[in-house]
Amino acid sequence: MQIRFLRKMKKKTALAMAALFVSSAFLSGCAGTQASNSNNDKNTIKVGVLHSLSGTMAISEVSVKDAEMMAIDEINAKGGVLGKKIEVVTEDGASDPAVFAEKAKKLLQQDKVATVFGCWTSASRKAVLPVFENNHGLLWYPVQYEGMESSPNIFYTGAAPNQQIVPAVDWLLKNKGKKFFLIGSDYVFPRTANKIIKAELKAKGGTLVGEEYTPMGHTDYSTIINKIKNEKPDVVFNTLNGDSNVAFFKQLKDAGINTKDLITCSVSIAEEEVRGIGAGNMAGQLVSWNYYQTTDTPENKTFVKNYKAKYGQDRVTDDPIEAAYDAVYLWAAAVEKAGSTDVDKVKAAAKGLEFNAPEGKVKIEGENQHLWKTVRIGEVQADGSIKEVWSTPGPVRPDPYLKTYDWAKGLAN
Amino acid sequence: MDIYILQIFNGISVSSIFMLAALGLAITFGLMKIINMAHGEFIMIGAYAAYIVQNFFTQYLPASFFNWYFFIAIPIAFLLAASIGWVLERIIICHLYGRALDSMLATWGVSIVLQQLARSIFGAPNVDVKSPNWLNGALLLSPGLQLPYKRLFIMGMVIICMLIIYYLMYCSNYGRKIRAVMQNRDMAASLGINTRKIDSYTFAFGSGLAGIAGCALTLLGSIGPTLGTGYIVNTFMVVVLGGVGSLWGTIAGGLLIGTGNTTLEFLTNTTSGKVLVFTLVILFLQWRPQGLFTVHSRSLDE
Amino acid sequence: MFVKKFIKAPANWTFLIIILSLLAAPLFLSVFRINLLGKFISYAILAIGIDLIWGYTGILSLGHGVFFGLGAYAMGMYLKLEAAHGKLPDFMSWSGLEHLPAIWAPFSNPLSLLFIIIIPALLAAVIGYLTFKNRIRGVYFSILSQALSLIFVVLFIGQQAYTGGTNGLTSFQTIFGLSLAADNTKYILYYASILFLILVYTYCRFIVNHRIGKILIAIRDGENRVRFSGYNPTIYKIFVYISSAAIAGIAGAIFVPQVGIISPAEMGIVPSIEMVIWVAIGGRGTLIGAVIGAILVNGLKSGISESFPEIWSYFLGLTFIVVVIFMPEGLVGLVKKYASHLFTWHNKKEKIIQKAPSIN
Repeated sequence: MQIRFLRKMKKKTALAMAALFVSSAFLSGCAGTQASNSNNDKNTIKVGVLHSLSGTMAISEVSVKDAEMMAIDEINAKGGVLGKKIEVVTEDGASDPAVFAEKAKKLLQQDKVATVFGCWTSASRKAVLPVFENNHGLLWYPVQYEGMESSPNIFYTGAAPNQQIVPAVDWLLKNKGKKFFLIGSDYVFPRTANKIIKAELKAKGGTLVGEEYTPMGHTDYSTIINKIKNEKPDVVFNTLNGDSNVAFFKQLKDAGINTKDLITCSVSIAEEEVRGIGAGNMAGQLVSWNYYQTTDTPENKTFVKNYKAKYGQDRVTDDPIEAAYDAVYLWAAAVEKAGSTDVDKVKAAAKGLEFNAPEGKVKIEGENQHLWKTVRIGEVQADGSIKEVWSTPGPVRPDPYLKTYDWAKGLAN
Repeated sequence: MDIYILQIFNGISVSSIFMLAALGLAITFGLMKIINMAHGEFIMIGAYAAYIVQNFFTQYLPASFFNWYFFIAIPIAFLLAASIGWVLERIIICHLYGRALDSMLATWGVSIVLQQLARSIFGAPNVDVKSPNWLNGALLLSPGLQLPYKRLFIMGMVIICMLIIYYLMYCSNYGRKIRAVMQNRDMAASLGINTRKIDSYTFAFGSGLAGIAGCALTLLGSIGPTLGTGYIVNTFMVVVLGGVGSLWGTIAGGLLIGTGNTTLEFLTNTTSGKVLVFTLVILFLQWRPQGLFTVHSRSLDE
Repeated sequence: MFVKKFIKAPANWTFLIIILSLLAAPLFLSVFRINLLGKFISYAILAIGIDLIWGYTGILSLGHGVFFGLGAYAMGMYLKLEAAHGKLPDFMSWSGLEHLPAIWAPFSNPLSLLFIIIIPALLAAVIGYLTFKNRIRGVYFSILSQALSLIFVVLFIGQQAYTGGTNGLTSFQTIFGLSLAADNTKYILYYASILFLILVYTYCRFIVNHRIGKILIAIRDGENRVRFSGYNPTIYKIFVYISSAAIAGIAGAIFVPQVGIISPAEMGIVPSIEMVIWVAIGGRGTLIGAVIGAILVNGLKSGISESFPEIWSYFLGLTFIVVVIFMPEGLVGLVKKYASHLFTWHNKKEKIIQKAPSIN
């Protein structure tokens, strides 16, 4: 009797031990990472880099991360910031907004980084925004986006709508025709961008002949191309994202539509994307950005040379890569000016800060923490490069809520 | 008028793409009852095979040969996908016969590994496969009615693949053995059929067909590590709607889903079209759970 | 009597130990890790629900992300309205809505939190009634449920004005008047999650220990025999599907305030399959395995992905393959086998839940 009881006990203890082992292994795992995160090394300044290194968005975000790392390395080689080296904590957002939120919390609460460079999609930015506001962190966001936002804890180094979409529509209306067809992936940026475009078309005498959204990753555009053919627009304004662009341009070309009859203007396709689509499928089409690899400034020549030297001659630079690179330099300059990495002091110092970026002179607008940027419309060439066909005379003031445009009243609420 | 004719053409074209992508699945899932969630990754392997062949042609052969690379790429894609499928069957799938739901989970793991492998080998960004010149352009029936050669070519490929499968399955000794094994494994084995061999060849054949589909899809879409994920649910729906284990079912399922998708997309928009098609398929299956074409059997638990 | 029986089973013993370590965790871990652990607990709750339907009843649902998402969205809508303070939520105004849509209106009332359970349960009832009555099962059901999750993701992304599109719902400020950013709120939420974990576990343990549990296992192992014995498996299957969906809804509601976001990315096909994998790794048909699997896999995922995002994918994929092929009973099965070998202990009663064959 007693032996049986003992055996039973043993069995129970074995199970219990196993459970304890599993849970303690997990807990100690957590505690382990925690201990190594203490921020007592006074000779370095910790910054976070938060991009998708896996999942669907890795296609774009890995290069942006590379640009940020290059800028940090360059600054470190020149002696760092405030005499201290910059130490990078890299995290993977895994193309999932919830993971972005988790990793942002980790960077701010565990690692206590001075600032974070990161995000690409609007969804990831919206996911981390409350984290940065609640923890009083600082995020540098390097991608053009739909506007209607200006968080006190985010600096936006990509284009606001009035620095990319609005001038592009204006130029297209003047040079290419009045009939517009809007096509986009089904998410926030295309829908908001198209809302802005529709208001602008209405005010400036353009007509809208169609508006279509496709789910992310959609691969067959035959029906939409048929609709486009039927409506005979002058311009197709394209806000498709990622893989869909490849399918769209390949199938558009096969349908016998050439750039003389109908021109497309894209705002999410830069040099990197052109390579995946195949330059031959896109030659002659238009894009709108603030920077191209061919932009003619002395800063850009060194930037392109250094980027290729560091990551390989076959790599290309493009707008988000350049904006990410600028972000690091702007932050470093603001820290030097403030003499501290304190978020409030850096923000105050950043107001009106100027920087000779590869795209030319940029300036931080204090009011909404966006950049003054030059707008450039470019044409894709047969070799995959983009040639500038038009640009604004100088940097344009960022206006994320389009307050200075009469026709945009009521868009931002 | 043209626009409607073109739309019918588009419907058939999309159907043919679904059929091509689903053919391999019709064999691995339909006949072998293995739910191969890595089917999309075999499509991806086929696409990358086309990429490799293209690069080989541009680098080592004179430019005039380039136009013909596609005819080399198709068999290479088939062989590459089939041999990876064969290895997979030998190592993993062989443990999973009769465990349909488990096969689904294990092959999901396979698909993750294959995707990451593609990312490690070819890099995360999409690669560009140039289509041969003779496939560019369109058949001009009237100014408003142009039928792209690539889509016609894919339709032709589907028909050829169907004929080959039909011949293999219903007119050859090998096909008779496959059907025997799939219907009653023990009986077939006791009649001297090497069931292990049949299993691995059949799985390899199904995977190879997916490879061909991938090769064809490079003409129309992007080539990247996650290329296959977009097709997986669609192809399963095609096979299930048509009726598992029936070649005619796959054709009918592909036609219904393909034309349904394009027609509803044309009438409403892409998002609603997709939602409507899937909802209709689900509702249809409530009415006919076994799909359009059923293979009759006396066993209770099919 | 129930308590005594409850304590006696080794699985429940282990559960008690896990609960105790979870309760003690705030003594050792920072607020950030506690917050993370709270998220894992919501996953553990979800996994218990999946184990109930898959491990015990043999129905493999690959669309549980939908139920998780519906619960989470119900919670998110409530929090969003609380954060909006009577105004229109931010994403609605930039999507062009001027008035609060009717489906949102009830969510200003805390009573609407009942929807967290009601909506997933209703959907499960409708789908379950149709599919199980029409005897759709096995792989057909799995593929169907997958299509379901695809439909919902496309719908939720497409209806941006009502759901927030791909961005989902985010920027919550308070829950029942408590600031979500405050440490104290995080501890409260964490302990609330543990409470729900205990409740859900006890509920499921109660079900599987009673007669209905035996019928569920019988349905898994031979549905037609159950039918011939005079039971109607459909009703039991619908019941267990509804239970599982409601549990997933609860898990979603616990997830939202701790993570601060719910988006369609959390309810798609990929997360739905991952949920099933947690259960497979922990050990299906044991309930406790689901808890261990969910916490362990996600803990490792957070830990490893912080340093090796690429290796993580290989690790995840290979684990699926190895676990499914060579350890069909998961970690719990392994421990059981190991323990019984070591102490030559056999308990006939436990044998029932050992074999988990796929359906027929």
